[in-house]
Amino acid sequence: MKKEEVPHDKKIIHGEDNSLVKVLYVTDQQGKYETTQYEGWEAENLAMSQAWDDIDERIAQTREKVIRGEVSPIAYFMEKNLMDLPTLASYVGSWKFFVKKHLTPSGFKKLNASKLKKYADIFNIPVEELTHFKG
Amino acid sequence: MKIENFQHKQSAHCESGVTLGLLQHYGIKLSEPLIFGIGAGYFFGHLPFVKVSGVPGTTFRIWPGYIFKRVCKELGVKMKVESFSGKEKGMRALDAALKAGRPVGMQTSVFYLSYFPPAYRFHFNGHNLIAYGKEGNDYLISDPVMETVTRLSGTDLEKARFAKGFPAPNGRMYYPVLTKPDFDLPNAIRRGIKKTCWFMLSSPPPFFGVHGIRFLGRKIKKYPQKLEPRRAALFVGNIIRMQEEIGTGGGGFRFLYAAFLQEAAQHLNNPALLEASNEMTRIGDAWRNFAFAAARVMKDRSGNLTSYDELGDMLIQLGNREKDFFTHLKTLV
Repeated sequence: MKKEEVPHDKKIIHGEDNSLVKVLYVTDQQGKYETTQYEGWEAENLAMSQAWDDIDERIAQTREKVIRGEVSPIAYFMEKNLMDLPTLASYVGSWKFFVKKHLTPSGFKKLNASKLKKYADIFNIPVEELTHFKG
Repeated sequence: MKIENFQHKQSAHCESGVTLGLLQHYGIKLSEPLIFGIGAGYFFGHLPFVKVSGVPGTTFRIWPGYIFKRVCKELGVKMKVESFSGKEKGMRALDAALKAGRPVGMQTSVFYLSYFPPAYRFHFNGHNLIAYGKEGNDYLISDPVMETVTRLSGTDLEKARFAKGFPAPNGRMYYPVLTKPDFDLPNAIRRGIKKTCWFMLSSPPPFFGVHGIRFLGRKIKKYPQKLEPRRAALFVGNIIRMQEEIGTGGGGFRFLYAAFLQEAAQHLNNPALLEASNEMTRIGDAWRNFAFAAARVMKDRSGNLTSYDELGDMLIQLGNREKDFFTHLKTLV
């Protein structure tokens, strides 16, 4: 890519500027490579905001489901921390099968204090946010 | 404590940047493209069964840790690479190395690196950075993709080093122990090029190298039939994001490699490599075009059959082009 073609599209996500000044290898007028700085370009910004739209939507949907009593608060915080079941299971250090149960309201009720604490620590929240879900 | 004479340098790619920073500290001054090329950082892989948040994984780089290891080996640098089962042990080892005056490279998860803009913070576990000191509970961090040095609390760094998921860093840390003043640079460059040719041409099909690019091309064509439009758009978006992984400008490390070939032409006194560099630049531009087209398809979200077909064709063409390129490059060294 030529230096004069380097795009400078700011990365606006969640209404805020998330640009990061990065290094890019570009050619000068003689075709020799040098470095320049740039903040991103449209294609990349679109891909990133699409990924966040999807995440935001999943978080919102899971929140509704918790309120309706279909899933447990752990499911909500799993989404909020951008985790999926395998990732969460490896943080818990337990089988996916068990963690999956904790995502249901009935499985969640059976959790003892130390298990709850473990989940709260993984999500970096106080235990009360799990037991008294406010969303 | 702070390692006083450590110098931060912003780089395009985290691992070649970390390798550059660490070697530079011991007096080995190489440019980032040279490190990327000798370390054979150029790669392609598409693994439909390795899903990250339900999206199949695509990579434009070699696995984490490879560049550092390879460059050290080629330059006769003795290094220490450690992983840990326990967090405390891992943090103690880091403190001990810093105390001994050694800057330390580490594999981390971007999710816990609070100095990144929030939108960048996904569970991406292959990010590399350097610690060059500790003040109170804060570590002094030189992250090669950042403009300047920064800081990170011990708690965050511990979380980042011991993040779970794929690929789990397990507290992995590495640093040079002993450097040799003389090394055979031209030979290291030649071997690096040969290795990349091997990775791209001869790694097992269908997932890796040029086969992988064409494989992904064939897969994309089927997205509209197999997936609902929303998921298809998400899959395509992920390819763009991997291609754009910090500092590639749409070429998926292709421009960095072109810069390497330009320097290699000088060191090996081989003008044919200059021509190869030009072709690599054009391939990088073609990748950029692909990202542009993919972004349009993604935004459209209609699951339009022809547009996915076109994307697939673009990739198959890119695969063929890279195949010709590396078949030719192999004959030049």
